Parts: sequence; C-alpha cells; structure tokens
Amino acid sequence: MSAVLQNLVNQPYKHGFVTDIESDIAPRGLSEDTIKLISAKKDEPEWLLEFRLKAYQQWLKMEEPKWPNVKYPKIDFQAISYYSAPKPKKKLSSMDEVDPELLRTFEKLGVPMHERAALAGVAVDVIFDSVSVATTYKQKLAEVGIIFCSISEAVHMHPELVKQYLGTVVPVGDNYYAALNSAVFTDGTFCFLPKGVKCPMDLSTYFRINTEESGQFERTLIIAEEGASVSYLEGCTAPKFDTNQLHAAVVELVALDNADIKYSTVQNWYAGDENGLGGIYNFVTKRGLAKGVNSRISWTQVETGSAITWKYPSCVLQGDNSVGEFYSVAVTNNYQQADTGTKMVHLGKNTRSTIVSKGISAGHSNNSYRGLVRIAPTAAGARNYSQCDSMLIGGECSANTFPYIQVRNHTAKVEHEASTSKIGEDQLFYFAQRGIGNEEAVSMIINGFCKDVFQQLPMEFAVEATKLLGFKLEGSVG
Amino acid sequence: MIYQDSKTLLEVRGLRATVNGIEILKGIDLTVRSGEIHAIMGTNGSGKSTLAKVLAGHNAYKVTGGSVTFEGGNLFDLEPEERARAGLFLAFQYPIEIPGVANSHFLRLAYNTVQAQRGKEELDPLEFEDFVREKMKLLEMNPDFLDRGVNEGFSGGEKKRNEILQMALLEPRLAILDETDSGLDIDALKSVTNGVNQLTNKDNATILVTHYQRLLNYIVPDYVHVMESGRIIKTGGKELALELETRGYDWVSVEQRTAARV
Ligand SMILES: Nc1ncnc2c1ncn2[C@@H]1O[C@H](COP(=O)(O)OP(=O)(O)OP(=O)(O)O)[C@@H](O)[C@H]1O
Ligand SMILES: [Mg+2]
Repeated sequence: MSAVLQNLVNQPYKHGFVTDIESDIAPRGLSEDTIKLISAKKDEPEWLLEFRLKAYQQWLKMEEPKWPNVKYPKIDFQAISYYSAPKPKKKLSSMDEVDPELLRTFEKLGVPMHERAALAGVAVDVIFDSVSVATTYKQKLAEVGIIFCSISEAVHMHPELVKQYLGTVVPVGDNYYAALNSAVFTDGTFCFLPKGVKCPMDLSTYFRINTEESGQFERTLIIAEEGASVSYLEGCTAPKFDTNQLHAAVVELVALDNADIKYSTVQNWYAGDENGLGGIYNFVTKRGLAKGVNSRISWTQVETGSAITWKYPSCVLQGDNSVGEFYSVAVTNNYQQADTGTKMVHLGKNTRSTIVSKGISAGHSNNSYRGLVRIAPTAAGARNYSQCDSMLIGGECSANTFPYIQVRNHTAKVEHEASTSKIGEDQLFYFAQRGIGNEEAVSMIINGFCKDVFQQLPMEFAVEATKLLGFKLEGSVG
Repeated sequence: MIYQDSKTLLEVRGLRATVNGIEILKGIDLTVRSGEIHAIMGTNGSGKSTLAKVLAGHNAYKVTGGSVTFEGGNLFDLEPEERARAGLFLAFQYPIEIPGVANSHFLRLAYNTVQAQRGKEELDPLEFEDFVREKMKLLEMNPDFLDRGVNEGFSGGEKKRNEILQMALLEPRLAILDETDSGLDIDALKSVTNGVNQLTNKDNATILVTHYQRLLNYIVPDYVHVMESGRIIKTGGKELALELETRGYDWVSVEQRTAARV
C-alpha cells in the first residue's frame, strides 16, 4: 500500500479512552431462574414470561450461526450478566449534576451540547430553556393517537397490542440471537400508529433516551395501522460506548394496508482499537412485515461502528403491491468485520423491492454484503432491483458480495448489479494538485459514493452521517 | 515574453528522479522567469511527464539528486497540495476520472482553497456558479459539465478543456500544461489556446509540453527545450520547434553525440 494511504488509514482512533462511570452489574449466567427474575423485576404479565421461557427453551436447542463471514472468540453466554438493567436512573435536573467524568468524555468526543445533556440523562426540557420539548412532543403525538413509549411501559399500558404483535414478525425461535433476545430482552421502544394517522414529525430515540436504558438486549416494535405512516430514527452519530460486549437487538415492524414505515439507523458503537482489541459485537435481527396491500417498509442504515456487525434488515412483502426498500452504507476500518445485507421475501402479487448497498472497507477490515431475494410462487409480477457497490481504501482490506436469488415465479423480474472500486493514489494526487488535501479528498469521494443512500436519510441525519463518515475515515479512521 | 529583470520563478538544478528504482530524470537544468513561456518537446518516454509530476510532487517518484527552488523557496519542502496552493499548476496529460464527485463541487473547493491561501474571498455555491459559468464561456465549454462527475465519461478533448478551466479558476504562478493540445479538435485548440493566452502575463509563467509545432503557432514560446532520456539536450528559441518539425529528433541527438565526442 502506498505511503499516503497507509498514513491516512493508520492514524490512531482519536477517542480510544476509557471513562470510569459507576455501573450496576448483576449476577452472571442464564437459566430459567434468571428469566423469571427479569420478568418479576419488571412486573410482567404471565403471557410475557411464557413468551420468554419458550424462547429460552428454543435457544437451548440452537447453535450459534457459523455462516457469517466474521471471526471472533467463542462467546461464553454464562459469563454475561442478563439482568444488567442499571439501577433506576435518577433523573437529573441540571447539567451540574452530571458526572464530570462523563462530561469530559463528551467534550473530547465533540458531542453537541444538547446531545450531551440527553445522553447524560438530564431531562430534555431542562436543556431547551423554558420550552419543554419532550412534553410538547409527547402531547402532539397523543393528540393524534400515536403511542410512543418504552416497550416495558407498553406491556403495562397497552398489553393487548403488545401481545397481538410481539414475535409475529420475528418468531421466538427465528435465529440464535433473536431467541436469546426474546428470552432476556430488557427494554426498547414501542410505537403504534392508529388507522389513517400520518405521524407529524420524525420519531427519534433521542426523546426517550433519558427516561430508559435499553441495555444490551433491546427490543423494538412498531405498528402502523391502515393508511398510517411514520419515519423513525434510531441511534445517533455520537459514538456509543458500552461495557457489554455482546448486543443482540430485535426490531419488528408491521405495516397494514396502505401503511408506510421508514426506519433509519445510524450505528456508531465502539469499534475496538486500531489493533482490533475491544469493540461491540452487534448481532441484530430487524424485520418488517408489509402485511397489507400497498404497504411499504423502508430500511436505511449507516453502519460505522462495532467490532462485528451481523445484521440483515429484511422485508416480508405479503400484501399485494407492497414495497420493500433497503439502503445501506457500511463502513469498516482497522480490524472491524461487517456481514450485513438484507432479505426481501416476495409473497404478494406485484410486490417490489429495491436494494442499494454501499460497503466501504479500509485498514485490515472485512466488509461483506449478503442479500437474499426470494420470489415465492404466489408473487406474480414481482420485481427486484439490487445494486451492491464496494469501495476499498488501501490494499489490506477486503470486500465480498454474496447475493442469493431464488425465483419461483416466471413472471418476476430480478436485476442485480455490483461494482468494486478503489480510491487510487492518482485520484488523491489529482485532488492534491488542486490544493485539496488527502483527508478532504477521501471524504469527498466517499460522500459521492454514498449519495444514493444519504439521500434517503432525513435531512439533519444526512448531514450528520456525512460528517461521521468523514470523521471515521479521515482523522481517526476508527 | 522575456522581460528585463524579471524574477526567477522556478530553478531546476541537476534534478534526478527514479520510479520503482529506475532512474528516469538524469540531471535536469531549467530556469523559468516570470513572464516566460517555455516549450518542452521530446520523444515518447523521454521523461517530460515525469518532470511535470516530480515538480507537482507525485509520491511515486523519488527525487535522488539536485535541487528545485520555486519563488526562492525549496520546492521539496512543500507537500503536493501546498505546492498547488503556492501557485504551481499541472494540467495532466491523462486527467483521471473521479466518479461520484460533482465537477462543480470539486472546482469550487479547489478554487476556495487557493483563494483562502491568498487571503482572498471565498465563494458560496451560488456565487461560484456564476463565476465559473463566465470562465466556461471563455473556453466555449457547455455548463452541463458542472453537474457531471469530475472527468467522468468526458471525452479526451473534454478532459483537456476541464484542465484549462481549472487553470483559469486557479490563476497559477506557474502552469505546466502536459500535452494539453493532444486530443483537441481544431476549434477546441483555438478556444483553449486563446484561454491560455489571456491568462499569461508578466507575473506568471507557462511550461508547455507538446509534440506538435502547431500548438506553438497559437502560444508562442520564448524557449524551446528538447528532452531525451531524462535530460534537456538542446535549448533554443521558437525557431527550434520548426527545425525539429522538419528534421526530427534524431538530428538533435546526433548533433548532441557529435558535440560530446569533440
Ligand atoms: N511507474 C513506472 N514504472 C516504470 N517505468 C515508468 C513508470 N512511470 C514512468 N516510467 C517510464 O519513465 C519513462 C518516462 O515516462 P514519461 O511519462 O515521463 O514520458 P514522456 O516524455 O511524458 O512521454 P510521452 O511523450 O509519451 O508522454 C518512460 O519510459 C516510462 O515507461
Ligand atoms: Mg507524457
């Protein structure tokens, strides 16, 4: 690899420091008793405990998947603390009460002021002076009948809805990590949009970040009834640190007739240091059921963090004329490994899906796209278009594309395009000859490469994501 | 044009350079003063583009000997982007494509970087749009090229015009045009050379690398140098180019060898 690229790629992770914040660690190990304890602590109804135990029984019989193109030491599931919900967070009333250590961390990271407060657990209304944003926000949503709360709260306040939908898109025994999550999930987000309601604003986890800690086994359930629509934003660009190495989340989306759910993620978990030490293992199951006619599920993701990412946001297109979309940017650097992609399962007639995947690898990282397009015999007139582009920075990284296509209906049309490109020495020299330094050049090339995906993100998110990518690959390259 | 008492812009002394361990430049001497136009001619593979890229700072080339001063300072103390900002411009023989990066965005960034360096005003996208369109008119370039990727899918001649557009925007002190004339049709050659002529003045200088005497009818050089095997083997006035056209390069080399033997 050339000297320029080597230098650019090998700069140390700027934010590789440890913050010593008091945390609450419960006894380790997983058993029926642990699950009963979690359920009791959360004061859950009997049916939910049964749901958990059933998942646990299935999990015991399953094996960790071996097919992903990632390598990591064997996880000892008995060494993990499953009841790791931190002690009830005291709500802070001003920034002065926040642990100074944490504030210093945010400062080093350059987290914007208002985000710092939210992340530190200061009630949001304190931050925005007299206007209580959070309250206004909740009120506005309630006025139109939208339920937006933690899943624990929903279990108590809207048990019939949770019971009706939980586990219907991702069954308890769907896969190893989903089964584990179903058995031990601690918290997450619940969102319900009644018939005909178009959500007046983008919903974001920001607005409940201070009230609940979701822990390492997060569970999200979003339901849009007939004609409803919502755009949901998950995560933030501020780097997230966690002492838990394993994260296994489950997200389920259900869209009824003519409903529309757009789910956008920016994932920036700690990725480990430049030698590949530490970092989060992120094993996520995300699936949307486009259940009704003309319904639409759209996933957009920008994956930049985690040591290992194993994630395939998928769409089951059951309703006739339903639409599934997947737009993804996955960046890996140093020793990061990502095996990510999507599944589009076409069941209904004239269902359509679009896949746009952009993988960027730098350092010694490994970035794989894995996608499945399945057209069932019932899916007459189904169409899929897939585009998978990889970009390599430097000569030590790798990119792979594994497209699986199964077509069982001869009226269906499936198109797949793939490309691999490299940021070349001569391109960087061209920029330099016009006065533009390497870092800025790389960032411009990368943003050009990701344009099709960034366009799908809500405006401010797109701006942040652009900066984040530059940051990931320039200075810190981490 | 040669001016009395003009300042030395570029001074190359005994420059040697290698690529992959192979010596390509074997002791180049060249002095360029402001106001001057120099033409460098020579056979394929004689090292003309190598000289241009070494001066611009391409890191595939290793400087193994000699010195280069640019406006009195050591050129090799500057990174490639710093050389560009200091006013050294290279119009590439083979401009590279940068797909996905909009030409307008690229041009504006380059322009603003150089402006900032000179302590001059930077332009926002709207202001720049007007500014660049004016420059394009001069070169008879279609504004549609602003919306395309940098050089992406441009024809050979379109790429060359895009290089001169950049020269017009950046107003360099020293411009090295590496075979900018090859690939241009007759009309394009006229508009491009016309553009270059408008940009030259007594404070800047131009080095034209070319194979064709024809170019020198449009841009009249003060000096013509002949390069061979990594050296400048002959220097003369504009009439040297005409002589080369009729007698070929062999003549110079033969003359050179004979002279060496004496
Ligand atoms: N990376 C490289 N590895 C090996 N040889 C190289 C490399 N780059 C250039 N050369 C050689 O250096 C010599 C000079 O090349 P250069 O491009 O400077 O020639 P030139 O005078 O510009 O020729 P032309 O008139 O064809 O443009 C050539 O023989 C070329 O093959
Ligand atoms: Mg050449």
